[in-house]
Amino acid sequence: MTQQEALFRFALRMGDNTLVLGHRISEWCGHAPVLEEDIAQANIALDLIGQARNYLAYAGEVEGKGRGEDALAYLRDSREYINALITEQPKGDFAHTIVRSFLWDAFHLPLLKALANSPDERLKGIAEKAVKEVTYHLRHSSEWLVRFGDGTGESHDRAQAALNDLWRFTGELFEADDAERLLAKAGIIPQLENLKADWNATVDGVLKEATLQRPAGEWMASGGKHGMHTEHLGLMLAEMQVLQRTHPGATW
Amino acid sequence: MRTAEDITALLEQVKDPEIPVISIRELGVLRNVSVDEDRVEVTITPTYSGCPAMDFMRLEVERTLREAGVERFTVHQALSPAWTTDWISEEGRKKLLDFGIAPPPSSADIRALKGTAPAIACPLCGSTDTTLVSHFGSTACKALYKCNACKEPFDHFKCH
Repeated sequence: MTQQEALFRFALRMGDNTLVLGHRISEWCGHAPVLEEDIAQANIALDLIGQARNYLAYAGEVEGKGRGEDALAYLRDSREYINALITEQPKGDFAHTIVRSFLWDAFHLPLLKALANSPDERLKGIAEKAVKEVTYHLRHSSEWLVRFGDGTGESHDRAQAALNDLWRFTGELFEADDAERLLAKAGIIPQLENLKADWNATVDGVLKEATLQRPAGEWMASGGKHGMHTEHLGLMLAEMQVLQRTHPGATW
Repeated sequence: MRTAEDITALLEQVKDPEIPVISIRELGVLRNVSVDEDRVEVTITPTYSGCPAMDFMRLEVERTLREAGVERFTVHQALSPAWTTDWISEEGRKKLLDFGIAPPPSSADIRALKGTAPAIACPLCGSTDTTLVSHFGSTACKALYKCNACKEPFDHFKCH
């Protein structure tokens, strides 16, 4: 694998992660439990989809085969998507959405902080912008998690159940593939395993305040980063891509 | 022949579609204008990665240049350095306030990013007895507040 191929794959993965999660969060638009949260979730989804456009446009340029952001988003099947499994899980109840966002945000923020120092000017530019947005995301998901965990019996139990359910998807975030190892060696992206300490500190701190238990389960699911997805991604893409698949090249 | 100053003055007509009292220069979205013989280069930067107004502002810049008879121009979009609320001009801040949006504090006050910033004054009655309702308001760049004194809700252009 050349460095250019690795860079394509990494930019594509960041695009896929943010696009898939952004789409999942956007599913709350018009359905969130309170109006303020409807607006907040739509805003967070918009930030992520904006970041996805930046990454996918860059991936298309690095690849050099004429694929733009739309071709990469709308004309690939689930096996060609290389996002982490946690991003594609269904939105579930509101506790699931908040717990998923929290586990992701706690990883996303230190990753972006490192990328904001990348010698790759484009990754650096995208990350410098996104780091400000994701600082708000992490604050938002952390505050909700504390409110749920340290709230009523019902909210506590639902948050704990969501945490137990989603925990198995967190290991994959720190598993580097060949492309990520190559880029980390070249100093372009951080070593993913080095982000674990930061993630642990954030997770443990917020869970303690929320009176939630860190799940003991050590078995971790993986495969998303290699195109092996849970059944949920294909269904999500079917909905997300239906217009471009039915009317290829349609614009409005 | 037009100078960069002429083009900048011309682009004063281009407003933020969501806050139509403030121009893209006052907002800090217009980053650079240069003129090389008859060729005009304009650089703009988004406030947020997903700002849906960006495509519109770009089209407005292009339309304004075309209508003024500028034939050769390029509009670039730059992400770096990342836009900050510190780039909103003093005049822009005043216009935001008059429009009913509490302007952002300086990001040099890092407490603003950490959520422990001093209270935001109500743009309607001036009281600092205000409460944050939501970090996320009617657009990506705003938070939602309410004033405990006059009881009115208001938008706050959040620190970025």
